[in-house]
Amino acid sequence: MNFDFSDDQKQLRDQARKFLAEKCPPKAVRAVLDGKAPYDKQLWKGLAEMGFLGVAIPEDFGGAGAGHLELCVIAEEMGRALAPVPFSSTVYLAAEALLLAGSEAQKRKWLPAIAAGEAIGTLALFEGKGNPSPQAVKLTASAGTLNGAKKPVPDGAIADFAIVAARTGSSGRETDVSLFLVDLKAGGIEAKALTNIDPTRGQAELSFKNCKAEPLGASGEGWSIISRLLDRAAVLIAFEQVGGADRTLEMGRDYALDRIAFGRPIGSFQAVKHMLADMYVSATLARSNCYYGAWALSSDASELPEAAAAARISATQAFQHCAKNNTQVHGGMGFTWEFDCHMYYRRANAMALGLGSLSYWEDALIDRMRKKNAA
Amino acid sequence: MNFDDTPQEAEFRDTARKWIDANAPKEFEAELSKSSLGRIRLAQHDMVEVGKAWQKKKAHGGWACLHWPKEYGGRGATPIERVIWQQEEGVFGKLTQPFQIGEGMCGPTVMAYGSEAAKQRYLPKLASGEEIWCQLFSEPAAGSDVAGLRTRAERRGDGWIVNGQKIWTSGAHYSDYGLLITRTDPNVPKHKGLTMFFLDMKSKGVEVRPIKQANGMQEFNEVYFTDVVIPDSQRLGAVGDGWSVSLTTLMNERMSIGARLATGFPEMFEFCSNLMTEDGPAIDDRATRSKLASWAVKTSGLKYTSYRAISALSKGERPGPENSIGKLVAGVMLQDIAMYAMDLEGAAGVFTGEAEEEARGQFQQMLLSSPSMRIAGGTDEILRNIIAERVLGLPGDVRVDKDVPFNKIPIKGR
Repeated sequence: MNFDFSDDQKQLRDQARKFLAEKCPPKAVRAVLDGKAPYDKQLWKGLAEMGFLGVAIPEDFGGAGAGHLELCVIAEEMGRALAPVPFSSTVYLAAEALLLAGSEAQKRKWLPAIAAGEAIGTLALFEGKGNPSPQAVKLTASAGTLNGAKKPVPDGAIADFAIVAARTGSSGRETDVSLFLVDLKAGGIEAKALTNIDPTRGQAELSFKNCKAEPLGASGEGWSIISRLLDRAAVLIAFEQVGGADRTLEMGRDYALDRIAFGRPIGSFQAVKHMLADMYVSATLARSNCYYGAWALSSDASELPEAAAAARISATQAFQHCAKNNTQVHGGMGFTWEFDCHMYYRRANAMALGLGSLSYWEDALIDRMRKKNAA
Repeated sequence: MNFDDTPQEAEFRDTARKWIDANAPKEFEAELSKSSLGRIRLAQHDMVEVGKAWQKKKAHGGWACLHWPKEYGGRGATPIERVIWQQEEGVFGKLTQPFQIGEGMCGPTVMAYGSEAAKQRYLPKLASGEEIWCQLFSEPAAGSDVAGLRTRAERRGDGWIVNGQKIWTSGAHYSDYGLLITRTDPNVPKHKGLTMFFLDMKSKGVEVRPIKQANGMQEFNEVYFTDVVIPDSQRLGAVGDGWSVSLTTLMNERMSIGARLATGFPEMFEFCSNLMTEDGPAIDDRATRSKLASWAVKTSGLKYTSYRAISALSKGERPGPENSIGKLVAGVMLQDIAMYAMDLEGAAGVFTGEAEEEARGQFQQMLLSSPSMRIAGGTDEILRNIIAERVLGLPGDVRVDKDVPFNKIPIKGR
């Protein structure tokens, strides 16, 4: 059994960690947090130069052609560093959608641009509150023209193109949904940035008025593609969450060692030690579930739907748990704008919702386990 | 990343599988498969006798105490081979329960501190199951703080006279030998006045009494010592060095990897899938699903954490500290699952009879037994301390008794 990343993949992780430590210190995250820029353009360019944006994009389409295990280790580092760039929307959602369902021409046009850091892409799925479901897709497409609105769209205000889920039928079945690829720089689209709990990753509303769009994948296949896409993205995002969970555990541990109260480091009090031990337990369970998700993703295993849901739930719980207890360990200082605790707390809670909430994935996991048991 | 054996591992697995297929006591397979949650009962046979027969057969075939050197009755196998063996032994591994303390704790301690003569005399018989060993550490006043133990050993001529009481001794009633830690000097701080011995459990003055547990069962014992004589040749390590000897024993306890802890989840998933409530199947209920999903990812998280450790062993590396989370996660989960299953049964959840309701008493048994999972082998609190100190590097507890002679430490709280 070799249920671990290879030495090369670990080396890539070290390389990514070193790069991000240098190019993405908390100061860089704060610049976006404070609204000085919508995202860190320098960092985005650097990620392209390092080959990280196209790590899982085939060489034929301008990528490094490495694979999804490599993307998993980079994702973990992006989460650790709170990288304020449209990485998850562009790489886990847009590029993956193109790889799953894009035509040769669509892949030729957009994948090399993504790898080069010249195009930001996203997925426009949600229409207000609620979780992913084919019934919630109301935006219409007829004769290649879109009408309706999407929100929240991750990085929607800075994206160059979007994969848009639209209603193309009225049978009441999931085959009513089709996907479209929209060049957001063309006419007929209004993008409005919306404030959200984690300003280091933007959210927007996209309104489409008689907007021309090309299909992505076959008509009526939209929901089937979305389902596969969400499972794949769930694993990758779970790695970001595990990176964040580990980092907040370290921050809490370090502070507990340094901070003196009642004449002792607060890390010598069992109430604090046990809180940190529980964070370690959550982070470890999440990491192990994520490894299984990484295996299923990289080997296109039939176990992917169940593995993805388990990774997503476990990593969401771990990051939320570690981020909130990290703030608690820091006491009053943890509630200041100056300390970094709140940046992770914001990110943890935004990430918990971005791909469908915990309850959505809990439902998905139980459904998938039942299906397996019935088979 | 893959779950495949290396060619050598595959060959070893194949050899083990063939041997087990040809030799295992298949007549007990069905019964052993049914006994879950660590409780083993055979309707018509004595567990220890059936276990001894299986252990003896394994020893003859070269499959007992795999990781021990051959000269002491083992196979000289690698850690990964030991894990593969456990996977292949499957339900028959449950029969090894009476020998686990000997194999995992007493044997390694004798191997590290015993004389060559003692090793030759005791280890092969321990490995073959001919002689069973138990471990005599915990006392009524020394549980988590085991170094606070009071059983006295006093030098007399060529030997030692032991007086005192041990508790929570698994298998003392069928054991031939015991590993015993005693206090030999109460005038020095507690960790410094301890000495380790082993003794014949049939020695004069040893009395074994079963403990009736909170769940009504009797699985452990108290052991009383009244003027028991132990020859000095049965001392392990130097006089006063008992604490560091005991660390060898306890470290070996924590090395067991790949042993699946019962979480109660598979039973709970099946129960919720089948239970009809007024609102339909329990598994369709939102609140139930949420709980099931959380337990599911903890269960899979533990499974894949052990896979990571096995992978490290496969590469000849030392596994990381991840495995220390197992019992901490599983113990609480058992208790929570039992309570929620009974909640789903409503008023009928109180019944323990096997004929009653859908759950047939299994969660009621789980409820009553689960407190021990959170206490035995390190309480949840001790395990959190261990993670905090050894994994995260946080400071040890303030110890007010550290430099105080043992006989000056207060013995009453108020």
